[in-house]
Amino acid sequence: MISQFGIIVLFGVVAILFLIFMFFISSLIRKQKPNIEKLSTYECGEEAIGAIGFGTFNMRYYILAIIFLLFDVEILLLFPWAEVFMNKDLNPSWTVWALVELTIFVIVLAIGLAYAWAKGHLDWNNHLVVKQPHDIPLAYKTFNKER
Amino acid sequence: MDFTFLIDKTILVAIIFAISLGIAAYSTYFERKFAGFFQDRIGPDRAGPFGILQPIADGVKLVMKEEIIPAGANPFLFIAGPSLSMLTACMTTAVLPWGSYLEIGGRKIPLQVADVNIGILYVFGVVSLGVYGLMIGGWASNNKFSLLGAIRAASQNISYEIAMGLSIIALVMMSGTLSIGTIVEQQQNSYWYVVLQPLGFLIFLICSFAETNRTPFDLPECEAELVGGYHTEYSSMKLGFYLFAEYTNMFVSSAVMSALYFGGYSVPFISALHLDQNLVAIIGTLAFFGKILFFIFFFMWVRWTIPRFRYDQLMKLGWQILIPLSIINIVLTGIFILVFDK
Repeated sequence: MISQFGIIVLFGVVAILFLIFMFFISSLIRKQKPNIEKLSTYECGEEAIGAIGFGTFNMRYYILAIIFLLFDVEILLLFPWAEVFMNKDLNPSWTVWALVELTIFVIVLAIGLAYAWAKGHLDWNNHLVVKQPHDIPLAYKTFNKER
Repeated sequence: MDFTFLIDKTILVAIIFAISLGIAAYSTYFERKFAGFFQDRIGPDRAGPFGILQPIADGVKLVMKEEIIPAGANPFLFIAGPSLSMLTACMTTAVLPWGSYLEIGGRKIPLQVADVNIGILYVFGVVSLGVYGLMIGGWASNNKFSLLGAIRAASQNISYEIAMGLSIIALVMMSGTLSIGTIVEQQQNSYWYVVLQPLGFLIFLICSFAETNRTPFDLPECEAELVGGYHTEYSSMKLGFYLFAEYTNMFVSSAVMSALYFGGYSVPFISALHLDQNLVAIIGTLAFFGKILFFIFFFMWVRWTIPRFRYDQLMKLGWQILIPLSIINIVLTGIFILVFDK
């Protein structure tokens, strides 16, 4: 007997065959006349200079990805919890306990979200708010010399 | 037994594949037709009567285009990106129930490719894999616009994935199962889950717009800033796969929404008519496709009505509104079950 996941593999095989078929058909009938201009990197009509592509991107995306990991693990842990939440075969008081446990779990994670929020990592324009060094103590007398 | 079972499944896989790709292809035609309608134009009308052959003409054009792999790109990953995008878009349809079951020659043939007991988790996982397709393609192009578009796409998808997962969890709490087939059966003789989970449905709807990169969330391919976004360097069939994957994703998320929140193949009051099982199954499947087509229309309607977000608004909506809202939704659902389900 083939399990249900075996059929999903069958589905994936059909999808891969479809992709290979399309690329194969395309390779049979298309033209192929590459030249150096066609193969150059696109840059609005200019020659691409400097570190293109594989280069750098903004650090904020990285921080978001880390916060995402935290919450994705949370969701992964909540899925089995949600499935047994309504289970009538368990102890009748189970639902209450489950909800209390969930509340504690979510509050711990909400503290994490609140921390990231307070630090400004969820606020995309936080880089615009640059702290001006107004409060650097300058010696008053340096600029106002008494004569 | 095993052999006939395998044949049934293979035929079903082929049919579902053909239907989902066909609907995805014709979505492009209807998208342009509706765009014409909304903007008081005619839309495509040259290829065939009413332009009905337009998707086929587009497909043939894309297949016949020259294959250009930029000199600076990584050739393997450059091809792997769109292929992975297309593969994940197609794989999601495997666990959706398209109808109840047919009785042919005394055999029950369920109209579902694979009734796995973790269907929702499977859909959620495969949809998440779609990010890799965009990331790999955008990075491998070795172009700054592609890289920026890919990073934007990835961060947008992962941001909205959290709210989407949390809204599904509230639904799973009510249904008590992760199997999509069972969830649809539960809705047949009861309320549709949209009645019991209105807030969850709203969050899921917004997140599915973001996950499929549709307007108002189409920042990854924002023309005014990023040329073409992650597919700037793409042409020929590989570009076709990216576009096709977008429309397939739209079809799949419409199907998931109809199955989870709008009863899937269930038609209200049909059991009172005492019809033949095969007829009921066919009517149910048609109703399911009707719901799917409505949602696809809704996607297009929103595209030509609402302008695009700014990036900081997108992040604010995802992290500061939808995630707290979906956590509140989970707690409210828990209290609702405690109070009313005793």
